[in-house]
Amino acid sequence: MSQQNPLIDEITNEQLRSDIPDFRPGDTVRVHVRVVEGERERIQLFEGVVIKRHGHGISETYTVRKISSGVGVERTFPLNSPRVAQIDVTRHGRVRRAKLYYLRALRGKAARIKEARR
Amino acid sequence: MTKGILGKKVGMTQIFADNGELVPVTVVEATPNVVLQVKTMENDGYEAVQLGFSDLRDVLSNKPAKGHASKANTTPKRYIKEFKGVALGDYEVGSEVKVDTFAEGDIVDVTGTTKGHGYQGNIKRNNQSRGPETHGSRYHRVPGSMGSIINRVFKGKILPGRMGHDRVTIQNLEIVKVLTDKNVLLIKGNVPGAKNSMVMVRSAIKTGKQKKANK
Repeated sequence: MSQQNPLIDEITNEQLRSDIPDFRPGDTVRVHVRVVEGERERIQLFEGVVIKRHGHGISETYTVRKISSGVGVERTFPLNSPRVAQIDVTRHGRVRRAKLYYLRALRGKAARIKEARR
Repeated sequence: MTKGILGKKVGMTQIFADNGELVPVTVVEATPNVVLQVKTMENDGYEAVQLGFSDLRDVLSNKPAKGHASKANTTPKRYIKEFKGVALGDYEVGSEVKVDTFAEGDIVDVTGTTKGHGYQGNIKRNNQSRGPETHGSRYHRVPGSMGSIINRVFKGKILPGRMGHDRVTIQNLEIVKVLTDKNVLLIKGNVPGAKNSMVMVRSAIKTGKQKKANK
């Protein structure tokens, strides 16, 4: 789809990661985020449902939604970010749209997503 | 000392910095510029370096242009610009100026010609507000009062007209990366002009940010 100059792809391609697993909206993922506290670095987990993937190339992002102590939390990560150590796909979900914004209005049982066999 | 180069705006993208932050950058392609002339105090009354960028096809150039370029042993150039305040000793007629004159972290000013917008009204061109659409206001997108009744309009009264296509300089942009093999500069943020338009990259005229970066 890229209408931009091939030179731009050449520049950004080397920063693209090849170790990203295939996942889609509706999947449950566990994102290992590198957190730097002063000098130390540790891994923080963020697990939830992918509600969208957006953009392409180096600018591609995905948003993960989870319910943390009763409050919905969404976090958007750049797909190729070096700050993410690892992404695990824990569950494939069966959904019928690309952007799962409707989950924001749902709580508990209603917000479940059926498992898909892929 | 000032440094400068002419280049072509290729477009914008993002790259990851060393700390993992995603930085918006403009890609400027600057194939080696050729020093066409060095202007000196004795000869020209001022000091400057004339750089040429982007080769012209033979049919597009006339005899004077060819003659001027042949003094530097090169082909006629599409864009020719002078840079003042440079160290004249570093430049020799016929030598090339490449992107490696700049280094990562340099602070630069970028000059270009903004996109033309055509004839635009006061709301888009001068940031005026619009009137109410309904309730019989009859005052929608018009420029408003022309001022007091003195049988003329004051100079500088903002009115509709041609917008864009202006020479604009954006100051204090940071060079994020220099790709010598591709002749590319990655400049943080946006620069004026449409894609494929020429831009002038010069060392920043205001030194405050540069000093901060060096500390």
